Amino acid sequence: MSEKLRYERPVIQKLNTGLMNKFGTNLDYSPIIEIEGIEVKKLIEEYGSPLFVLSENKIRKKYQHAVRTFSSRYPKVQFAWSYKTNYLNAICSVFHQEGSWAEVVSGFEYEKALANNVPGNKIIFNGPDKSNDDLKNAVIHNSMIHIDHLDELYCLIKLAKEINARPRVAIRVNMDTGVYPMWDRFGLNYENGQAWDALNKIQASGVLDLKGLHCHIGTFMLTPNAYGMAASKLADLAFRVQQKFGISLEYIDMGGGLPSSNNLKGAYLPGIDIIPSIDEFAEAIATGLINSPIRPEDLPTLIMESGRALVDEAGYLLGTVISNKRLSSGKRATIMDFGVNILFTSFWYNHKINPAQPTTDYLEDMEIFGPLCMNIDVIRESISLPPMKKGDQVVVQNVGAYNVTQWMQFITLRPNVVLIDSNAKAHIIRKKESTDYINSMELVPDHLKSFKL
Amino acid sequence: MIKLKKNIALSESGFIFDPSTGDSYSVNQTGSEIIEYLKEGLSEDQITDKLKDTFDSDEEQLRKDLDDFLHHLRQLKMIENV
Amino acid sequence: MSDKSFKIGLTGLNAIDSPGPGVGVARCLKDADDLDIEIIGLAYETLEPGIYLHDLIKKSYQVPYPSAGTEQVFKRLSYIQSKEQLDLIIPNFDAELWNYIKLTPQLKEIGIRTFMPSLEQLDKINKLNLDEFARNNDLPSPSTKKFSSLDELEEFGREAEYPLVIKGKFYEAFIVYNIAQLAYYYNKLNAKWGLPVLVQEFVDGNEIVIAGLGDGNGNLIGAVPLRKLFITDKGKGWAGVVINDPQYLDLAEKINKLLAWKGGFEIELTRKDNGDVFLLEINPRFPAWIYTTAAAGQNMPLALVHMAMGMEQVPFQQYETGKMFVRYSWDHITDISEFQKISTLGEL
Repeated sequence: MSEKLRYERPVIQKLNTGLMNKFGTNLDYSPIIEIEGIEVKKLIEEYGSPLFVLSENKIRKKYQHAVRTFSSRYPKVQFAWSYKTNYLNAICSVFHQEGSWAEVVSGFEYEKALANNVPGNKIIFNGPDKSNDDLKNAVIHNSMIHIDHLDELYCLIKLAKEINARPRVAIRVNMDTGVYPMWDRFGLNYENGQAWDALNKIQASGVLDLKGLHCHIGTFMLTPNAYGMAASKLADLAFRVQQKFGISLEYIDMGGGLPSSNNLKGAYLPGIDIIPSIDEFAEAIATGLINSPIRPEDLPTLIMESGRALVDEAGYLLGTVISNKRLSSGKRATIMDFGVNILFTSFWYNHKINPAQPTTDYLEDMEIFGPLCMNIDVIRESISLPPMKKGDQVVVQNVGAYNVTQWMQFITLRPNVVLIDSNAKAHIIRKKESTDYINSMELVPDHLKSFKL
Repeated sequence: MIKLKKNIALSESGFIFDPSTGDSYSVNQTGSEIIEYLKEGLSEDQITDKLKDTFDSDEEQLRKDLDDFLHHLRQLKMIENV
Repeated sequence: MSDKSFKIGLTGLNAIDSPGPGVGVARCLKDADDLDIEIIGLAYETLEPGIYLHDLIKKSYQVPYPSAGTEQVFKRLSYIQSKEQLDLIIPNFDAELWNYIKLTPQLKEIGIRTFMPSLEQLDKINKLNLDEFARNNDLPSPSTKKFSSLDELEEFGREAEYPLVIKGKFYEAFIVYNIAQLAYYYNKLNAKWGLPVLVQEFVDGNEIVIAGLGDGNGNLIGAVPLRKLFITDKGKGWAGVVINDPQYLDLAEKINKLLAWKGGFEIELTRKDNGDVFLLEINPRFPAWIYTTAAAGQNMPLALVHMAMGMEQVPFQQYETGKMFVRYSWDHITDISEFQKISTLGEL
C-alpha cells in the first residue's frame, strides 16, 4: 500500500472581492522546527508548554554588535543592562559577562543587581520611586543616583548630611525632541529651565557629587534624529555646567527606547522594515555629542541603557493549540495554551507566529485567542496561517523583552523559562511555578480555617 | 443523507463556484476530496472511511473535522438539507 | 519592426473609480514604435481590472501588499522573475515605493532594473515635509500646520479663519467650516492614520496638474500641464484638457531641478481667480491620466523605459495643447474561470 498523505483538516473559505490569499498576504508562515539546534517538539516534551526560550548566542551577538556600532563612532561607550526589560538573573549575567553595567528602577531591582554581584559603583539607579532606604542603600554602595524630581533632590541632600556621604548623582532631563507624546512626567525639563535650576541646586548644596546627565526620551522610538537632538541638548547643559562650575561631567546617559524588529499594532510596514538600524541611532547620538561645544578631551562617557533592542529578538514563546473553533461569523478561531497573561506584549505588538511542524501552503484567516476566561485575551486579531489542529505547536517570535517581567500569575502558573547556550544545551533559568509556591505566600486567619459545606 | 447543492462546480485547483448565488470559495485538498465524495452521494461514515484510506490520521480526528466541515458547509448554505 | 524587446512589470492595475496609473502606463508602452514591449502585471487584488485586459497586459501575478515587508515582496518578485525574466519594474502606487526603493540593489542582482527617486527625495515631498520644502524654495503653497494634540488644535481653531483643509498623515483630506468639524476630523484622521494631523489653508480655484519625468540629474525630460475639467465626488479627474502656460512648465522645471527627481511625478496645483498658483502636492509617480501626455506628444512612460534601459532620451521640446481626455467606464467581459485562476494560483 502506498504511503498516506499528510493530513490537514478540511477548510473552505469564501472568496471575497478583497480576497487575501497566500499570494497577497504575508508569506512567512514557514515552520520553525528548531531553535538554536534543539527541536521545538523536544523542548516542549522536556520542559512543558507553554515555554519561554531565550538564545544566549543571539543575546551576545546583538550586544557585541551594538557595542561595536557605538564604539566605532564615539570614543567612550558603556552599556548598562536595563533590568526591567528582563531581570532573570541568568539573562542579566549574560549581559554582565559581556561587560554591561546594571540599570535599575526600583529597590527590588537594585537588590537583584547587588545579588548578581554587580559592584555598587556600576549600578545606575533610575526612576521616580526610590524610598529613603533605597537611596541610603545606593549611597552606601556608591551607585549612581539619577535624580528624577526635586523632592528626591532635597531628600538626597538631607541624607548626605545625615550619613556624611557624598552621593554620586546625575539628573534626568526631559525635553522636546519633536516626538510625541513627550515624556515630561519623568525628570526635570530642559526648555523651561527646571533642569538648569536643579543643577545649580546640586552645586549649591556642596554635598552631592555631580557626575552626569541622563535622559530617556521615549520607547520604541523610530526617529534617530530625536536622539541626536536630545544628545546635543544634554551636551549643551554639560557645557554650561563646565563653564559655570568648572567641572567636566563624567558621563551622558542617553537611556534606552531603541526599537526591536517587532510589528507595532497600527503600523503600516513591518517592524523589520521601518525600524532604523542601530547604526543610525549611534550616528545621531555620537554626532550630537561630538559636534557640541565640549572640547574633545573633555567628552563624557556615553552610557546606553538599551533593553528591548538587545534582548527582544533572542526570546521565543513556544505554545500548543488547545482547540479550534468557528466563530458565529464562520471565521476560524484558534485557542492557544498561552494568553495575554504571559504574552503581555501582545497588547501592543502583532507578534509573528509560526507553526512548529511542516504544513501545506493552504492558508486560513484566523483569530488567535489565549486560554483565559476573558474577552481581552486575544493574541492576534487576524493572521493567515496554515490550518492547525489540537496539539499542534507554534513559535511566537521576538518576545525576549518585557514579557518575563510584566507577566501575570492569573488563574494559572507561569511556565518554565529556558536558556539555550552556545553549545545547543538548554538550561532552566526560571522554574515553572507550583501551587505550593503560590500558597506559601498566603496566610489564612485562624477563624477562617474551618468550614462545613 | 447529506445533499450538496446542485450545480456546484469544483475545479482541480480547489476553486468552487456556486452558479445559483454567484459566490466563489476556495477549499484545501482535504475539503476538496470531501466535496467530491458528497457529490458522489456518500454518507458521513463512507466519507470517513475514504479519508482514512487517503490520509495519515485517526478516525476520531477525521470524524470531528468532517463534522465541523459539514457544519460550515451548512452555514454557507452549500448543503441543502439533512 | 522594432529592434529591441523588453519585458516590463507594472503595478497599479486598479483602473477603477479612483484609478491607479498602471493601465495608463501600459497603454503608453504598447504605443512604442521603437521597442517591442511585453507587459507583466503585478496586482494586489484579484479584481484589479488590468489583470483581465490581456491585449494590454500579457500575464499578471498577485504580489503581497507593501505592508508584508520587503522580504516577502522580494520573495514573490524572485519567483516571478524566475518565470518571466523581467527587464524593468515601474511601480505606480505611492505606498509601495518605499519597498521598491529599498529593494533596488536586490532587484538589480536578479536582473530587474528600476528608475525611481531615492528615499531622501521621496521624503522631501512627503505630505509632512512638503510645506517646508515649499517654504525653503519660495514656492507658494497654502500654509500648513501639524498638530499632535487636540488642545493645541482647538486653540488654533478658535482663532482660525475658515474654511480649512484637514489632512491625514498619509491619505485623506476634508474641508471643514468650524472648530467642531475640525476637532471631529482630527480625531477621525488620528485614529486612521496617526499623528500628526495636518491643517492647511483652503485655497479656492481651478485644479491644475502637471505630469512630469526627471532623469535624476536635474534635467526635466517631459512635462505636460492639464486643467481638470470635471472632478468626481472621489476627487478624481473625469475629464481634463492639456493647456499651455509657461509658468507651469517653469514650475515643473524648478521643482524637478531642486529635487533632481528620478522617475515620473505629478504636481498638483490650485490656480486662484487672480492668477496666483499654489502648490498642493507632489505625487511620486505618474498620474492615472498619463496616456493623455502620450496623446499630446510626450510619451513619458516610454521615455522612462529608454532611460532605465540605458538608451538615449532627449528631453521633449513640445506638446500639443488642447488634447483632452474624457474618462469612461467599460464593462470588460471575462469568465469566472479567469477569476478562479488568479484567486487560487495567484497568476493569470
